[in-house]
Amino acid sequence: MNNSNSYNDTVVRQFAIMTVVWGIVGMLVGVLIAAQLIWPQLNFDTAWLTYGRIRPLHTNAVIFAFGGSALFATSYYVVQRTCHVRLAFDRLAAFTFWGWQAVILAAAITLPLGITQSKEYAELEWPIDLLIAVVWVSYAVVFFATIGRRKVKHIYVANWFYAAFIITVAVLHIFNNLALPVSMFKSYSIYTGVVDGMMQWWYGHNAVGFFLTAGFLGMMYYFVPKQAGRPIYSYRLSVVHFWSLIAVYMWAGPHHLHYTSLPDWAQSLGMAFSIILLAPSWGGMINGMMTLSGAWHKLRSDPILKFMIVSLSFYGMSTFEGPMMSIKTVNALSHYTDWTIGHVHAGALGWVAMMTIGAIYSLLPRLYNKESMYSIRLIDIHFWTSTIGVVLYAVSMWIAGVTQGLMWRAVNDDGTLTYSFVEALKFTYPYYQLRLLGGVLFLGGMLIMAYNVWKTVSRESVIPVPVNQSA
Amino acid sequence: MRHETIEKNINLMIVLIIVVISVGGLVEIVPLTYSSDATEAAEGIAPYPPLRLAGRDIYIREGCYGCHSQQIRPFRSETERYGPYSIAGEFVYDRPFQFGSKRTGPDLARVGRRYSNDWHRLHLTDPRSVVPESNMPSYAWLAEATVDPAEVVAKMRALQTLGDPYTDEQISNAADAVKDRSEMDALIAYLQDLGTNRSSRR
Repeated sequence: MNNSNSYNDTVVRQFAIMTVVWGIVGMLVGVLIAAQLIWPQLNFDTAWLTYGRIRPLHTNAVIFAFGGSALFATSYYVVQRTCHVRLAFDRLAAFTFWGWQAVILAAAITLPLGITQSKEYAELEWPIDLLIAVVWVSYAVVFFATIGRRKVKHIYVANWFYAAFIITVAVLHIFNNLALPVSMFKSYSIYTGVVDGMMQWWYGHNAVGFFLTAGFLGMMYYFVPKQAGRPIYSYRLSVVHFWSLIAVYMWAGPHHLHYTSLPDWAQSLGMAFSIILLAPSWGGMINGMMTLSGAWHKLRSDPILKFMIVSLSFYGMSTFEGPMMSIKTVNALSHYTDWTIGHVHAGALGWVAMMTIGAIYSLLPRLYNKESMYSIRLIDIHFWTSTIGVVLYAVSMWIAGVTQGLMWRAVNDDGTLTYSFVEALKFTYPYYQLRLLGGVLFLGGMLIMAYNVWKTVSRESVIPVPVNQSA
Repeated sequence: MRHETIEKNINLMIVLIIVVISVGGLVEIVPLTYSSDATEAAEGIAPYPPLRLAGRDIYIREGCYGCHSQQIRPFRSETERYGPYSIAGEFVYDRPFQFGSKRTGPDLARVGRRYSNDWHRLHLTDPRSVVPESNMPSYAWLAEATVDPAEVVAKMRALQTLGDPYTDEQISNAADAVKDRSEMDALIAYLQDLGTNRSSRR
């Protein structure tokens, strides 16, 4: 069998394994910084271990290393299976793997050294930004060339979402990171003040919108129907919610800047579009959930499907919470508090990580020619560990955040403030402990996964899967 | 156009995606760059002098924005706690902006001259010596590190290239201004000037 008759699963396997590795690393750093917020001694008076420097390491590792590897792995898998053709350009595909790992390694070195642009989720300095741009363009070339060579007429819906994700992330990355270098490790943004703020949150919100939403909806549109053994619930709904989602998301950024010095008209636009965004978001959730119509009984026996359905539930919850928090009056209370942190993690752990975990469990046995994962029981234990973990996380941060907001604004009858700032922090400590417990549980689940993955992939020989010739 | 047409033509789909995603950013960002409110300096706002510029870059390096905002919202509870609310003209020399998005610690937009230099020195060295409940890391090592004058000069040149109105004279005097100063001196100089263009106490 020659090469072009088999799928290129080497790069998929590489990214799939690294998804688990980076998930553990990113969440481990998350657990450390959660503990530092309770016990500042854990900064060890060491510059490169301080909260301020490794918090970006946590966010970058989880979003771009864990989430990114999952998106590369699944998009490369899905585009081949749904186009009935081998991935284009083997070497370039291999370059995207090694290039992306180099980016992650560079981030892991430079961020603890304090080399940063200080723009959230765009902290990496200009030389790494250039490498990201090169890897990303290569990714686009591989992905779109594969679609160009497809043997089926229609482009499957999962690929629309992956396509929008790849294109938009390139646009966002390039414009937000335009800067003038001072040296290898320092640059200044070409934008200043509120213009820079608007640019950053146009990027920042849509990094969430396209990296963590559109990309993962692509994953959802392949793996949920596959795992459920049912077709997607509604084709029409997928068309409508795809175009409306990608159009509306791009307007929502200013809700990160409510009541700041950003002009009011921009804030109001951001709020209006954020509220509208509920509709296309729930379109995706409903389409995924309803795909289980007639197959709900499978939830009893299939923990992978449980991961996916709970993931969609968290997606629905977060995409309701998000528009609500973007309403200016709600935002006046929630902004700058731990409520935002809870919201982000309901999305990142509940939606993104759980969909990824489900997809990887579904994918790995196929990549390594096994009937199933080594232990279904361990998947079930992982499911419950992580579900309890996310719930503890979200609930503790809701209580902490709402109370902080209320304490900051409380005034006495004579108009003076009721609480000093540090009193609100003091109130928060028990909830930081509860959050830490939630994080530890979620990380523990990932370790169970790593063991299960190891047992599944070891002692297996790999046979290339022939290209589907039916079309 | 039937959706089937788009679904069968990847080039058409790419073009349409680009069109659809571009509108929001164009409408929200481009007008801002032409708005004098957003781009003109408020009264008393000038490019950062050398030592404060060095301090600001230490603030950025240490990721202070992860826990401290620099943006006072126009609410009574905020102006009461932090001082007059922030306006866009105060940030026109901020590359990048430091509004922040989380307050694990208090807002710093007008922290300038609220505490003495000695308080800041104590607080940065051992935060819990002055605020027992604080969870801020200790930054004791900043006292040992010195500011590199050549680097500050290079930074001011870069900022001048970007359009910040530094004079050549300011740049040529910069090295002397930061010579033998510790990173802690620089950071405190930066903090002590934050928001002082408007009085923080009424």
